[in-house]
Amino acid sequence: MQFMLLFSRQGKLRLQKWYVPLSDKEKKKITRELVQTVLARKPKMCSFLEWRDLKIVYKRYASLYFCCAIEDQDNELITLEIIHRYVELLDKYFGSVCELDIIFNFEKAYFILDEFLLGGEAQETSKKNVLKAIEQADLSYFSFSRGWI
Amino acid sequence: MSPSVPLQEMIRAIRSARTQCEERGVIQRECAAIRAQFRQADNGGRSHNLAKLLYVHMLGYPAHFGQMECVRMIASPRYSEKRVGYLGAMMLLDEKQDASLLITNSIKNDLSNSNQYIQSLALCTLACMGSAEMCRDLAPEIDRLLRASNSYIKKKAALCAVHIVRKVHDLGELFTKAARSLLTEKNHGVVHGAVVLITELCERNSETLERFRKTVPDLVQIMKGLVISGYSPDHDVAGISDPFLQVRILRLLRILGRNNEAASDAMNDLLAQVATNTDSTKTVGNAVLYETVLTVLDIKSESGLRVLAVNILGRFLLNNDRNIRYIAMTSLQKIVGTDHNAVQRHRGTIVDCLKDQDASVKRRALELSLALVSASNIRSMMKELLSFLSSCPPELRSQTASGIFNAAERYAPSQRWHIDTILHVLTTAGGDVRDETVPNLIQLITNTSELHCYTVHKLYRALLSDISQQPLVQVACWCIGEYGDLLLTGECQETEPVQVTEDYVLDVLETVLQSHMSSPSTRGFALTATMKLSTRITENVDRIRSIVSIYGSCIDVELQQRAVEYNALFKKYDHMRAAVLERMPVIEKNSQGHTNGETIKESQTVKVKPGEPQQPANQVCDLLDLLGGSEQPLQPSPALGSAAPPIPVSAPNTVGGDLLDLLGGLEPTPITPVATVTVYEKDGVTVTLSCEKQSDSGLTVTLTASNSTESDIRGFTLQAAVPKSVQLHMKAPSGDSLPARGTAKVTQMVVLNNPNKVNLKMRLRISYTSQGSAVQDTVQIDSFPGLGQ
Repeated sequence: MQFMLLFSRQGKLRLQKWYVPLSDKEKKKITRELVQTVLARKPKMCSFLEWRDLKIVYKRYASLYFCCAIEDQDNELITLEIIHRYVELLDKYFGSVCELDIIFNFEKAYFILDEFLLGGEAQETSKKNVLKAIEQADLSYFSFSRGWI
Repeated sequence: MSPSVPLQEMIRAIRSARTQCEERGVIQRECAAIRAQFRQADNGGRSHNLAKLLYVHMLGYPAHFGQMECVRMIASPRYSEKRVGYLGAMMLLDEKQDASLLITNSIKNDLSNSNQYIQSLALCTLACMGSAEMCRDLAPEIDRLLRASNSYIKKKAALCAVHIVRKVHDLGELFTKAARSLLTEKNHGVVHGAVVLITELCERNSETLERFRKTVPDLVQIMKGLVISGYSPDHDVAGISDPFLQVRILRLLRILGRNNEAASDAMNDLLAQVATNTDSTKTVGNAVLYETVLTVLDIKSESGLRVLAVNILGRFLLNNDRNIRYIAMTSLQKIVGTDHNAVQRHRGTIVDCLKDQDASVKRRALELSLALVSASNIRSMMKELLSFLSSCPPELRSQTASGIFNAAERYAPSQRWHIDTILHVLTTAGGDVRDETVPNLIQLITNTSELHCYTVHKLYRALLSDISQQPLVQVACWCIGEYGDLLLTGECQETEPVQVTEDYVLDVLETVLQSHMSSPSTRGFALTATMKLSTRITENVDRIRSIVSIYGSCIDVELQQRAVEYNALFKKYDHMRAAVLERMPVIEKNSQGHTNGETIKESQTVKVKPGEPQQPANQVCDLLDLLGGSEQPLQPSPALGSAAPPIPVSAPNTVGGDLLDLLGGLEPTPITPVATVTVYEKDGVTVTLSCEKQSDSGLTVTLTASNSTESDIRGFTLQAAVPKSVQLHMKAPSGDSLPARGTAKVTQMVVLNNPNKVNLKMRLRISYTSQGSAVQDTVQIDSFPGLGQ
């Protein structure tokens, strides 16, 4: 995966994870163009589109669009599953997640993503294990000798 | 400084800002506060401040002043600060920033931390934004972690290694051994990471690929375990056990089995098993099936297995889910060349997809349909394609039109059908066809002499209803000009007879001439057609004469020139009019790629004083760089090309040919045995060209110049320029003076090499001195005699 973007129906960016090195300017440009392209799609259309030389897989969950850019050899259908898995993880963590959760706790959304994907590939295929790891990591904040750190 | 607010407060404040300006105000205040906080000593709230900055960054505001803070936070002993620091590094520092180097040491230390969550932070960051240098520094650490750590860390280390290999290919060697042993682990995450790593190593290096072929049995074993085993709650997704791992293993098997019989055999049974047993009701099952199909089609599989794979794709085509249909067509496109018959069986479904709402699906269906057209299904497919053309989205029209033309050319069951099809396309999508359609169609029409009557009747009728589609109008005008007599006799076996009087025909042509919808080249066609009719009709010649003389003062230079010449034909050369405007002989099939009509293919010439193709004043042609150099492939003017059909191959007696320039005398030239063409003739200086093919891409062109004036010419030079990819070598000319009255000639050889077989054109600059004044002229040669391009 080259990058993942989450944005609202008004085009506001809620999360951006880049796995390829690009300058800030390029990232902004890509984001702007891609958001425009995806938002212009009608509801029943295909979840895949070809954009520049990448394959874009996107899916809308309530008011948020989850959009991934994958390479030529990657499997589009399994990318849809990856997106779905991430949504499930957010849902389990926040308890019936909604867009506001992701806005106000954006750093948690990133931590969860980083526990599921690493370098653009899935690192843990068990939902349970990902959630357990996040829980444990959160507990790392607490050290018995020094209190919350 | 205002006290810093907690993160969530700030987010709320930003969201409640009602205007962009207000929002900017809030953010500026916050950033100022954050900056101040950064400068202060450690106050326990650092992670919050950085988090706020990261939020602001996500909104699109500059946050570079936070980079150093990230570096500091990463070095902090507190987990909460490290976590946000690393997050900041991944968001604000990419490998192009200098600050990123500063965190290498911190990462190195954290990789050996006793807290695995801290190790995990370091691994994640390295895999996300590690530069090549950082990767080189830390690769040995990663290798160590691959061998000796718990599975939580091992799986992350494996993916980190993947990133390292992508950045620094040579380091692949380092991880090969560790990768191999990781395959035997039980933990799914670790195995998944190992498979991804091995895939990356094999894709980069063919030797490594050879070595890893031995793992095929192990991989098959793992897959079998996943497919056959009962329900495993940890990894189950809708009944499929760990689909992510299955898909990656299938992909690795594809790479290992490609071009290798033994490996392909070893995985044959497994693939068959996966293909038949996987539940295809949900997307996840289809994802696995899709990967299986891709693998089967790419390795050396048995034919039975291939048929199975194509059938799966066929089932996908019938799936309600649009995504699945799209995937199916993408895959079928890849194999339509090799497994043509198998794909043909699904032609019906594919054609139905042309009617799908989604533009991506339509595009795929179009490409596949065009690939599936064959001699046996041409009629039904063409019906579908033509109805698609009338309703397809505008961005696909020109592709559809070209596809239809290609298919029609290859498989047309009859000439009449072919002409009908092309006419249909021109009426539906005339604006989207390529320029060479017009000359191609004209040539097709002249070749089917038995259908001239039918064609001209049809075109006349089409013209009556609509004169907006330029290619159609151009062809129609040309035909009416050529075959107007057939139109006027009124009888035609193939269509119903229609009474057409001479006046009606001239009315139509005049309408085209005067319409604001007609492009300049179309009007050129119409004017020439009108002129030609002067020899084919009996009563209204005066009307034609008046039309022609009116246009003698037309603003458009091209039209004016034609009108003036036709006028001259009426006045001074009336005795030749009939011969000049005689019916065109059959045009030989020429190469494609000549834009817009000007296909001057000749072998014999009867000199009609063709002169040089005049570049009208409104041309935007760049006359530059003629010194044996490269230039862009030329764009011949639209006005130039239209009305001049190719000069016939045989028939030494006809004076037909380039009707453009009839100024001056008509002098027949001696018919030379070698195919020669006159490319320049002006003020008594003539340059002819002949060429000889030397090899597949090599060509020798001989230019001969002569001088028929009363005075000698000195300093005669020729310069030539050709399109970019063609190599040009001018040999020394035989001399540089042309004595008067053609007593001696100058020859020059040019050797051309056209390895890319591009459309060969040459621009020639002729310079000489005559009677004390310097003359320079340029002429363009678009086709070379005797050259079957």
